[in-house]
Amino acid sequence: MTPDYYLILAAVLFTIGAVGVLVRRNAIVVFMCVELMLNAANLTLVTFARINGSLDGQIMAFFVMVVAAAEVVIGLAIIMSIFRSRRSASVDDANLLKY
Amino acid sequence: MTVTDVLVCALGAVSLGAALRVVTSKHLVRAGLWLVVALGSLAGVYLVLTAELLAWVQVLIYVGAVVVLMLFAVMLTRAPIGPSDDLDRAKVPGVLIGGGAGLGLAAVLVDAYRWREVGLSDVEPGDAGAMGREVFTSWVLPFELLSVLLLAALIGAIVVSRPDVGQRSR
Repeated sequence: MTPDYYLILAAVLFTIGAVGVLVRRNAIVVFMCVELMLNAANLTLVTFARINGSLDGQIMAFFVMVVAAAEVVIGLAIIMSIFRSRRSASVDDANLLKY
Repeated sequence: MTVTDVLVCALGAVSLGAALRVVTSKHLVRAGLWLVVALGSLAGVYLVLTAELLAWVQVLIYVGAVVVLMLFAVMLTRAPIGPSDDLDRAKVPGVLIGGGAGLGLAAVLVDAYRWREVGLSDVEPGDAGAMGREVFTSWVLPFELLSVLLLAALIGAIVVSRPDVGQRSR
């Protein structure tokens, strides 16, 4: 096998996720796109693990998944509390820290 | 092209199409359901790459837990059920920046291997036994740190989402 199929798939997936984060307005869809980007990074880790014949990359991908789960929990809690105070889940409305 | 290449191309096409629908869909709930398809087919790619445990963990954590959590958030933020037209910002700058980043990334990754064939017949499959041995021999410290991180995230989520916590002290 050539690893390039996997790497190109990961790069395109990362691109789709990045464009989604930049383009979408609803905070929850932005979160879904962040998950896509994390999964693309995981795919490269697993591919490199396969190339090198060791399990280290897979274990790193495993840890990335755990961190992603923690990130989703915290992020959704923040989205909920923003929604509670501003009645909106749009990232354009959360602009208090803009100068 | 070998069988694995064909499998990966098919699964990758499904995953990319579903990811595109996540980004372009006008229904919030449908975007979440397309995310299930995208992440599920990525689990298939992991299986092809012999990362067995990782594929099942992907199904459990992402397809099982994360997407359900997101659909709950969609419901709790009272998102419109039908299509909503105000989901997108100005498209051109975002697509330019994201596409440029992706092209650069693909160029770097492809340049590193240049379609070289990699012999992979004698790789140890990443099943639960092998992964467990590896985690509990050379990755113990990160594993324990991650358990502390998960606990902190749980407590943090409770504190952030409960309106009555923190107001007593003021």
